[in-house]
Amino acid sequence: MDYVIEMLGIRKEFNGFVANDNITLQLAKGEIHALLGENGAGKSTLMNVLFGLYQPEAGRIRVNGKDVHITDPNKANDLGIGMVHQHFMLVDTFTVTENIVLGNEPKKFGTVNMKKAEQKVRELSGQYGLSVDPTAKIADISVGMQQRVEILKTLYRGAEILIFDEPTAVLTPQEIKELIGIMRALIKEGKSIILITHKLKEIMEVCDRVTVIRKGKGIGTVDVSETNPNHLASLMVGRDVTFTTEKTEAAPAHNVLEVRGLSVNDSRGVPAVRNLNLDVRAGEIVGICGVDGNGQTELIEAITGLRKAAEGSIQLNGKDITGFKPRKVTEAGVGHIPQDRHKHGLVLDYPIGTNIVLQTYYQKPYSKTGIMNYKEVYKKAATLIKEFDVRTPSETTLARALSGGNQQKAIIGREVDRNPDLLIAAQPTRGLDVGAIEFIHRRLIEQRDSGKAVLLLSFELDEIMNVSDRIAVIYEGQIVANVDPKTTTEQELGLLMAGSKKGADERV
Amino acid sequence: MSVSKNWTVLAVPVISVLFGLLAGAIIMLVSGNDPAAGYAALWNGAFGDSFYTGETLRQMTPYVFAGLAVAFAFRTGLFNIGVEGQLLVGWLASVWVGLAFELPKFIHLPLAILAGAAAGAAWGFIPGFLKARLRVHEVIVTIMMNYTALHVTNYFIRDVISDGADATDPVHETASLQSEFLQSITDFSSLHNGIYLAVVAAILMWFMLEKTTLGYELRAVGYNQHASEYAGMSVNRNIILSMVISGAFAGIGGSMQGLGTFGNMFINSGFSGIGFDGIAVALLGGNTAIGVVLAALLFGALKVGSLNMPIESGVPNELVEIVIALIIFFVASSYMITWLLGRFKKKEAK
Repeated sequence: MDYVIEMLGIRKEFNGFVANDNITLQLAKGEIHALLGENGAGKSTLMNVLFGLYQPEAGRIRVNGKDVHITDPNKANDLGIGMVHQHFMLVDTFTVTENIVLGNEPKKFGTVNMKKAEQKVRELSGQYGLSVDPTAKIADISVGMQQRVEILKTLYRGAEILIFDEPTAVLTPQEIKELIGIMRALIKEGKSIILITHKLKEIMEVCDRVTVIRKGKGIGTVDVSETNPNHLASLMVGRDVTFTTEKTEAAPAHNVLEVRGLSVNDSRGVPAVRNLNLDVRAGEIVGICGVDGNGQTELIEAITGLRKAAEGSIQLNGKDITGFKPRKVTEAGVGHIPQDRHKHGLVLDYPIGTNIVLQTYYQKPYSKTGIMNYKEVYKKAATLIKEFDVRTPSETTLARALSGGNQQKAIIGREVDRNPDLLIAAQPTRGLDVGAIEFIHRRLIEQRDSGKAVLLLSFELDEIMNVSDRIAVIYEGQIVANVDPKTTTEQELGLLMAGSKKGADERV
Repeated sequence: MSVSKNWTVLAVPVISVLFGLLAGAIIMLVSGNDPAAGYAALWNGAFGDSFYTGETLRQMTPYVFAGLAVAFAFRTGLFNIGVEGQLLVGWLASVWVGLAFELPKFIHLPLAILAGAAAGAAWGFIPGFLKARLRVHEVIVTIMMNYTALHVTNYFIRDVISDGADATDPVHETASLQSEFLQSITDFSSLHNGIYLAVVAAILMWFMLEKTTLGYELRAVGYNQHASEYAGMSVNRNIILSMVISGAFAGIGGSMQGLGTFGNMFINSGFSGIGFDGIAVALLGGNTAIGVVLAALLFGALKVGSLNMPIESGVPNELVEIVIALIIFFVASSYMITWLLGRFKKKEAK
């Protein structure tokens, strides 16, 4: 086989910590090659070695059969290697074209020849089926579009080998489909792709081969046609993983959450939730299922007090909590695993230990008459870290330094430990690997089994169908259907999410 | 890991100061002066005998307060450029109370200092309130408030407290910070009791930020407003509170001038500069209480010591301004220093 990139026996250490240990990855021309591993397995390190950001301690890199020494990212660019970063590197106030040509502008009498640049961008986007408006501002286009701009940036610089770093983490299901189409078009044009991911479904769908790494060690490379998700998951985690979460029949009791006639406006003042009714009972998990942007975020913000309700009422255990401030809602017995753990869930520059008391710091024993008792705080943190398997060097490590999965476990530990009557989990497993997902699902079900009400919001249909006892489909700010996950199908949910009424066979 | 990190935290300001002094030496050499003589004169002028040491400590006192004010706001995510203005109104309020009442010292002096704190706090409240309610950036408002403070205080001195005079009368002895004891052990320098307050204030700031629930909240809001709101803290209340506390520190800095150093207030044609130097002090001190005290001592020594340079060595005292500017430059470009340290370590390892 002809390899465009060969990384042979790569080893990379950081102060004695081995991040990559004898890893081999060979990318054949014209293939989509997945790099699979848990969070913190060493995927990013390996790609940073390829991109010239790190120098390996051992091993060789060959590009098109020749030994190369990649000293910096510019060298990688010259060799035709381009990276589509997970966190986009774009200037918000610049246009699409300006971003693409940045640092490599076509010049005319010392000024940028924007016409020529736009022309070039149009040609490229036409060639690869990446429809973008070259004159639009980055701030005005969707995340999916921004990703296309990132792809065009690498193509503009003549990349033959594209590395996609967790490209689907930020995309909606529809955008993921489009991205898969784009990747196929790129292959058709003779490019080769490395796809960094931990989503097994995507690998099964688009990839030709997959290289698995676990805890910094190369586990091996397998053909996708000769494997299945279960096998890949066990390779990645090092043990068998169950996808369908084991749980007993739900025994729902009284209503814990009662939402009646709720209307909420979004930040622009446009109604996002309209006259919505929702019940969540003790001892059940209700999954909210819908396409992003149908009022889910506003619904949760209204319940938790982060956003004002325009109309309607929210009751918790029969007590009206409409219009309560976040602290009052928390004290009334609501736990909230927020959708964006970096924005809302954690103070990243605080130690993980003090993040554990983010809502309870003013209560005993964490403080007394306004004086913090950090000894008690860290004692509590140590208990939760152990109980929830948060992998961190110590309680005083900054939250920022933890991997996403461990940050999430810490948040879940904090919320569950307060023992709330209603636990709201918004995309609790976003961006996590199968091991962590399994752990979190188990914890949610434990809460349910101990008689708590759980409201789960997720954009992953698998998660909704596996974990929920009842699915509430949200569409344009209303719950349009309540369905039983045991009897429904992905097709039915897909139709309901798109706004077609149950039983109707036409899509609106 | 945390040990090596602490080491870097300390290394950046220390190396910056050394670089600044080194660059100053080169400038002295190039301009035909003797750096050794120049720095000897600087040292003698700052710590040469008890009088100069007293003057250095006196100069350091308002720097501590200005530095704490900037550092406190900065630690809670706000940039208080208005320390200068808050200091001026604090100065005026202290002097006013010092003049207007006849009270026993144990009431009068604390009252005068509290008045300074309250005036500074009020001057800090306005930008805090505007930021909390209307999201007006505090840098813009505090800069404007500096000019307002300058002209308002001048007006009060000329037309309210006095009758067209350039300066107020000296404050009553019962409101004075001056200390015969401190003067006697420092060969009659202008050192006053404010130095004790500066140390207490530094400890207070450390305690507030690191040990109280208020500090936990303020710092959380400074780092991440969204998470703080999620956690049930009132972001707006904390923004205002932070500016008020910061302004109070600055206001007491003004009391030091009005009740201690000068004993009165006079018409200022321009800013005193202490509030702006406070930004540099906070930056050099890494926005920590102990760092601010040490940086204020350095600034006090440089300012006071520089006066001796032309007399003893013929080096113009403006050179110290250049050295201070360069120190700030090196602190601000701390990235460069950490990078150099990194290279140095790597070479050693090899």
